[in-house]
Amino acid sequence: MMTIIVVVAVILVVIAGSQLLKIAELRALSKGELIYEVSEKEGKQSGLLMLGFFAAFMAFFAWQMWSWYGLKLPVSASAHGVDTDWLTGATYAVITPVFILTNGLLFFFCFKYSYSSTRKATFFSHSNKLEMIWTIAPSLVLTVLILMGLSNWNKIMTPIADEDDRVLIELTGQQFTWTARYAGADKKLGRSHVTLIEGVNATGVDATDDNAKDDKLVKGEFHLPVGMPVQFVFRSLDAIHSAYMPHFRSQMNCVPGITTQFNFVPTKTTEEMRKITNNDEFNYVLLCNKICGAAHYNMQMDIVVESQEDYDKWLAEQKTFVE
Amino acid sequence: MSTHHHHAKDFLFTYIFSTDHKMISKQFLVTGFLMGFIGLIMSTLFRLQLGWPGESFEMIELLMGSWQEDGVMAPDKYLSLVTMHGTIMVFFLLTAGLSGTFSNLLIPLQIGARDMASGFLNMLSYWFFFISSVVMLCSLFVEGGAASAGWTIYPPLSALPQAIPGSGAGMTLWLVSMSIFIVSSLLGSLNYIVTILNMRTKGMSMTRLPLTIWAFLLTAILGVLSFPVLLSAALLLVFDRSFGTSFYLSDIYIGGQVLEHSGGSPILFEHLFWFLGHPEVYIVLLPALGITSEIISTMTRKPIFGYRAMIGSMMAIGFLSFIVWGHHMFLTGMNPFLGSVFTFTTLLIAIPSAVKVFNYLTTLWKGNIVFTPATMFSVGLVSTFISGGVTGLILGNSALDINVHDTYFVVGHFHIVMGLSAIFGMFAGVYHWFPKLFGRMMNNKLGNIHFWITICCAYGVFFPMHFLGFAGVPRRYYTNSEFPMFDNMIDINVFISVCAILAMIGQLVFFFNFVYSAFRGPKAPMNPWKGNTLEWTSPVEHFHGNWYGEIPAVYRWPYDYSKVNANGEYVYGEDFIPQTTPLGDDEKDGGEH
Repeated sequence: MMTIIVVVAVILVVIAGSQLLKIAELRALSKGELIYEVSEKEGKQSGLLMLGFFAAFMAFFAWQMWSWYGLKLPVSASAHGVDTDWLTGATYAVITPVFILTNGLLFFFCFKYSYSSTRKATFFSHSNKLEMIWTIAPSLVLTVLILMGLSNWNKIMTPIADEDDRVLIELTGQQFTWTARYAGADKKLGRSHVTLIEGVNATGVDATDDNAKDDKLVKGEFHLPVGMPVQFVFRSLDAIHSAYMPHFRSQMNCVPGITTQFNFVPTKTTEEMRKITNNDEFNYVLLCNKICGAAHYNMQMDIVVESQEDYDKWLAEQKTFVE
Repeated sequence: MSTHHHHAKDFLFTYIFSTDHKMISKQFLVTGFLMGFIGLIMSTLFRLQLGWPGESFEMIELLMGSWQEDGVMAPDKYLSLVTMHGTIMVFFLLTAGLSGTFSNLLIPLQIGARDMASGFLNMLSYWFFFISSVVMLCSLFVEGGAASAGWTIYPPLSALPQAIPGSGAGMTLWLVSMSIFIVSSLLGSLNYIVTILNMRTKGMSMTRLPLTIWAFLLTAILGVLSFPVLLSAALLLVFDRSFGTSFYLSDIYIGGQVLEHSGGSPILFEHLFWFLGHPEVYIVLLPALGITSEIISTMTRKPIFGYRAMIGSMMAIGFLSFIVWGHHMFLTGMNPFLGSVFTFTTLLIAIPSAVKVFNYLTTLWKGNIVFTPATMFSVGLVSTFISGGVTGLILGNSALDINVHDTYFVVGHFHIVMGLSAIFGMFAGVYHWFPKLFGRMMNNKLGNIHFWITICCAYGVFFPMHFLGFAGVPRRYYTNSEFPMFDNMIDINVFISVCAILAMIGQLVFFFNFVYSAFRGPKAPMNPWKGNTLEWTSPVEHFHGNWYGEIPAVYRWPYDYSKVNANGEYVYGEDFIPQTTPLGDDEKDGGEH
């Protein structure tokens, strides 16, 4: 019944709309006007609306900053993340004025130069000087941004060479869970391959490899020592996953068939971050950020950052692979 | 009886299997808009889920039928909708719908040709597009549902039916549909290139071409060079899926089984996909930029500022678009040095883009702007091109991309800079060239209402997404409710969803205006906007051949608006000088310098 009423209502609206358009057209004709010609008055109204829109747009922008900017990720919990955030801020300092100024000019010109029958448009077809200015100015700004970005990128992407002074962790993604493997006392990860997956050996660690014997597999949550460089190696068993640890400004794809890597130094313990965010239930989290299947939205693992002592204690409680 | 038979045949070849570029243009337009409307409804459906996760909606129940009988969307159906929305919008609406409509309509009319170089190939191009649309829609109804690996269909997810139900028959049809689509696109593009290069009327040198034609030419070249790569990527994927090859697959353990595939790499697929995928952004964008260049110049009654710089920047954008694809793959484990190179080339694109924006602004400066709906949508395009473009500096910078990659920041960025800009350009084109398409005028008031609803709601949908991105909210999540850290985001999501629903309702105003005006709108005069280009010298009524008698010759560039002599009077008494007017003794051709 409801559906029939809705359908009838829609048909009536369409008919009424058609009739109104026809009437408007005939009325314009009777006044000797053509309905599709924009009158000067209508033009001025549109110009004014353009200016009004810009004001509303900026108000909307300000309102969003006011109400939603605070929802952004808390201060970076990794060493390189501080640089990332700084450079992001610097880029914003460049693009926000550009965004406001160019949009402002656009809508202001629309308002200022809306059609007037008494004025002529200015024939101004080119100016090499102006073209040079707005080719060179962005080039200079971009050169600076590119150089800063690249030095940052190269720093982030360099693997930690010192094997003694790092924590080595392999993260394996599979629909829809994560497994962390710690290198153990020998600081070396054993070989692994999908053909070796069997029962509890969920990521296919090679039991015959000596390096594998003291490896520790962890699910549910994994721990990191504060202040110590962590070298991650990523694997996937099925679809492509992406290991996203937003609080550490860290992300890397997990690709079946190859390993990828990323590293960072955690700088704030979970406890410290709970104080900073004023949230007793705060937890660092690893989440999947590459579409990987129906439950992609719930593929997560908690991360605990703690002091070296607490970390050593926790790691000692974890069972090694052969155990 | 015989006359009836004759009429039926006439109808068949005039409206269905037409080889006339104007009819084919209308076919592309109507099919593209229908597909676009379906894509729009899909987005509304998944916005319902994102705004009010897990709630039951009659609209979902009604439109998704037996799949969601309780009106609550399932996670894999959500991914299907996201995938199909992206595919339909990017390829069917903004590639075929936009380029197909306006390249077909305007290339012969603006260069002064009777039709495309090959009318028959042109017809085939449309019909391949039609078939691919039908196949794509059919894929919604097969077992397991439509493709659901995202519009980028990365394997192994897209290769293995056990990974997600949509990777079964739905994915097969997706690949079949896209292969047919690519054939359509190639036939169309080759035709456009050949026509533009060979069939220009007397006097129509390359520097007298309207910017629309330059845009269509460069778009077609991008298409011809990049779409075949997607075709090969799709074919290799078909082999992996159906014939046991391992181009993209290696070391996979799924559903309790180790697969036989060995030695392939999904990264290869990503490279092949984005080698099309990035130029595709500009295949979508360049026609819109060409259309608005033309409209802004005509409606400000001023020459486009920096005609040659506009062509140069489009060429630069086109060239650069082929060497930036890696910025979609910064986090695939590629060599960091390669990442640096892609950062460099990517950020370079900002330069020609900035040049275009400043040239648009200078064109508006001291103009005499006539606000038709086409003008407004063109202004809207410049705005979205700026607002979406600037955030590209964050995403294109590999070091910064790490933290916003695949978050809603990306969704906001590309919807504004590519989606909105291209659809605004398409709307502008439809309002502006409606008199050429249908011989009637659209209603301005409804057009204005349509514009204001659309731009307000569109910014309302996509601007807040940047804030979701700052908070680290990943895209393609069925719901954010599994993560306490995203609990505060629900307000933003509700806001976005409300705007999305309003935006959809706003489009109904357009569809009503479109259909009403096509049949009952006031009859169009030959040159309603007082334009200079050749299409406005062609009669309103449609017939094969475009001009009675000789094709007009061209003597000047298309942007002689408000040209005054030394006394400050219009050179020929009017504020526009059609391209068919011979140059005066002391006049210089605007395109020459």
